[in-house]
Amino acid sequence: MDLDIVELSRLQFAMTAMFHFLFVPLTLGLSILVAIMETVYVMTARPIWRQMTKFWGTLFGINFALGVATGITMEFQFGMNWSYYSHYVGDVFGAPLAIEGLMAFFLEATFVGLFFFGWDKLSRVQHLMVAWLVAIGSNFSALWILIANGWMQNPVGAEFNPDTMRMEMTSFFEVVFNEVAQAKFVHTVSAGYVTASVFVLGVSAWYLLKGRHTALARRSITVAAAFGLASALSVVVLGDESGYSTSHTQKMKLAAVEGMWETHHAPAPFTLVGIPDVEARETHYAVEIPWVMGLIGTRSLTQEIPGINDLVDEAEGRIESGIIAYDALMTIRETRGATPPEVRATFEANSDNLGFAFLLLRYMEDPREATPEQIAMTAQDTIPGVLPLFWAFRIMVGLGFGFIAVMAYFFWRSSFRQQSYPRWALRLAVLIIPAPWIAAELGWFVAEYGRQPWTVDGVLPTALSVSHLSVQDLLLTIAGFMIFYSALFVIEMGLMLKYIRRGPTEDVEETETWEARHEHRLRTHDGQGPFAPAE
Amino acid sequence: MILYEFVSYDLLRVIWWVLLGVLLIGFALTDGFDMGVGALLPFVGRTDVERRVVINTVGPVWEGNQVWFILGGGAIFAAWPPLYAVSFSGFYLAMFTVLAALILRPVAFKYRSKRDSATWRSAWDWALFIGGAVPALVFGVAVGNVLQGVPFELTPDLFSRYEGSFYGKFLGLLNPFALLTGLVSLTMLITHGAAWLSLKSEGAVAARARRYGTVTGLLTIAGYVLAGLWLALGIEGYAIVGEVITDGPSNPLYSEVARSASWLVSYAERPWIAVAPVMGLAGMVMAVRGLRAGREVSTLLWSKMGIFGAISGVGLTMFPFILPSSIDPRSSLTVWDSSSSHQTLFTMLVVTAIFMPLILMYTAWVYKVLWGKVTEDDVAGPGHSY
Repeated sequence: MDLDIVELSRLQFAMTAMFHFLFVPLTLGLSILVAIMETVYVMTARPIWRQMTKFWGTLFGINFALGVATGITMEFQFGMNWSYYSHYVGDVFGAPLAIEGLMAFFLEATFVGLFFFGWDKLSRVQHLMVAWLVAIGSNFSALWILIANGWMQNPVGAEFNPDTMRMEMTSFFEVVFNEVAQAKFVHTVSAGYVTASVFVLGVSAWYLLKGRHTALARRSITVAAAFGLASALSVVVLGDESGYSTSHTQKMKLAAVEGMWETHHAPAPFTLVGIPDVEARETHYAVEIPWVMGLIGTRSLTQEIPGINDLVDEAEGRIESGIIAYDALMTIRETRGATPPEVRATFEANSDNLGFAFLLLRYMEDPREATPEQIAMTAQDTIPGVLPLFWAFRIMVGLGFGFIAVMAYFFWRSSFRQQSYPRWALRLAVLIIPAPWIAAELGWFVAEYGRQPWTVDGVLPTALSVSHLSVQDLLLTIAGFMIFYSALFVIEMGLMLKYIRRGPTEDVEETETWEARHEHRLRTHDGQGPFAPAE
Repeated sequence: MILYEFVSYDLLRVIWWVLLGVLLIGFALTDGFDMGVGALLPFVGRTDVERRVVINTVGPVWEGNQVWFILGGGAIFAAWPPLYAVSFSGFYLAMFTVLAALILRPVAFKYRSKRDSATWRSAWDWALFIGGAVPALVFGVAVGNVLQGVPFELTPDLFSRYEGSFYGKFLGLLNPFALLTGLVSLTMLITHGAAWLSLKSEGAVAARARRYGTVTGLLTIAGYVLAGLWLALGIEGYAIVGEVITDGPSNPLYSEVARSASWLVSYAERPWIAVAPVMGLAGMVMAVRGLRAGREVSTLLWSKMGIFGAISGVGLTMFPFILPSSIDPRSSLTVWDSSSSHQTLFTMLVVTAIFMPLILMYTAWVYKVLWGKVTEDDVAGPGHSY
């Protein structure tokens, strides 16, 4: 196999996936925030809430268009660039992707048109239902995508079939209720909710700083802060759940993220900061908090978390076992239909390690010819890049705690301080708008880069997963995506800023006359209560 | 789960072959008119208001329609992994072209009317034209190539390799027969778009749509007949050699395949499949007559029947082949050797049986809510349209 093809394919996938994920979290969260706002509108019949629904709905629409557009690439890129991967795991991995289309994407895409075009064609309750169906559809989408991704991290419910040379599903139930997938799903959608909350908070804070659209901005902050606080807490709790599941499903990823070279006697400390050094196999200037890692990773004080060096030794053993499986596989292929049962038995006993033998294919045609030195060298390949993982993870977690603090502060001011916000806090809210995107992208980086050298952990090496393409093919499409996506990004940001600057345009008059008629009652309700009674 | 044993493997394979057809046809019937409307946009709409009318006839529905395509991709991945792996990487640059065109479309719909500048709007109009015309053309080209066989071979590890250099691979797709099928696909979907516009718009826009649609409809009929004759006389088919095992493991290399004189052999074996091309041709002829007579609902239905017949005709002619290989016939993918496992096919069938009726129900409801013509008056107000 050609390493250039592998590296270029990875570059293209990373680029298009990370670009896609610039739009996904906002779609996930904003769809729900908009539906919440419309719910308040339907319950109270107060036009300001309709105005809010439409205003945030417009921004949702601008963002949604690019989310859909870049999502098309994702659905087809597996087949285009990861042809062997698609063949090898399509029986398992394809199912959640197809179900995503059936159950989720159809729902959101069919109703999103009605959301924008249906204001004068539907009753209030019908339109509200449409808004919620869009939100539910988006979130179901995330569920099935994360079930697919969770399987790449922790391939349960499947086994290798020597006849078809691929992984085949043995239990749909196990694939769906994969603990990694479930933790990842809630973690990811919560991160989306935080992203949307920070976005709504930041834009509203900007309006307050400018003294514009204050009625809309104050109410929006109230909704965003409450929703954002709950979501920010959920992100961290489920992040911890992810960490716990990683400690027994992806030990190498966990050790790399922690820069933990040696197995530490239980309970292991958590390295707060430090500089992991791959050459020297230690983490310099480490600041450690005793016990914390053991508690997060194993939820006990007695269980050990294996370090990188021990895991490399383990990988060496698995490569050796994988070679036995590979040898049996070749015999099965040659003696098709008449394979001696003992060969089958040998294969079954070692087939879990077949993927480790595939790691050798980077260096040789036939893994059975590997020398002990080559096996030892290949075992080293199972260590992902420690330094970037170590820091990416810490920045993400730091940001996560930061969001809790910001949301808690705004929640307190909105609930107990008459929605008065000091200017410094409003400025801060504007400044941190990009932060949740950074956290989300880093999170995906940790998940995917941390899984290297595998596309499916322990089953299929990345280097083997690619298509039969030429370097020109890839350079052309990478350049194409870069130019195309950059242009779309500039256009998108331009429109986003234009519509934020313009602010809500509709119903202002209607809102004002409504509020004027109800001035008396509004005052008794403090004018700000989100649930003033309906007319 | 032993539940899946209740439906035999070969039956599930046939069911999923039909479902693959349903998805592709669903895509062509729904998103087909969106693409046709996109390709017609710069021609049937002369003023900005007219163009907005055209765009708003598909504005609320194109997004849901496009999911047929996305779901088609997902379903091929789940039910026919070898097909997904071989075809998408084999048609690499063609796929990229389609992707680029399809990415333009959502953005163009959403962004076009968000600025007043004439240059801005005109640029997005042409983006919609590309987003409609290019995929319609490329899909047809792909069908033409599949009928002739694609130059790939499978290694014993089932890794697919393609013959030809970088340029050769791409240019090889653009052979005369495939270009003809590409043109048929393009004109067929433009006619479909014209039928939609004739139903959903009025006045000058509808009149122009009917005029263009009549021309493309006649071209479709001529091209379709020509392609059929070419297929019958000038293109070799494929046939499985020896015993056909229908419930064996999904490994294409386990069966032998040879070239046959013509695909038309299928019609001798299964004469009833002639219904499909007859439906295709009849639908197209009736759609053209409908466009000329100014009938609305029936024209769209005839056009749908034409598309249904044309696509199912290709599938039925090739059955059981899905993707034949021109350089190594043994590697050819057939219904019997390139599906998912028994259990996955069954599981996916259960999921589809639950959700497909729901999808059809709520899609029908959305079309019902949006029923009626889009007028210049509708798009003139500060409404909620594109």
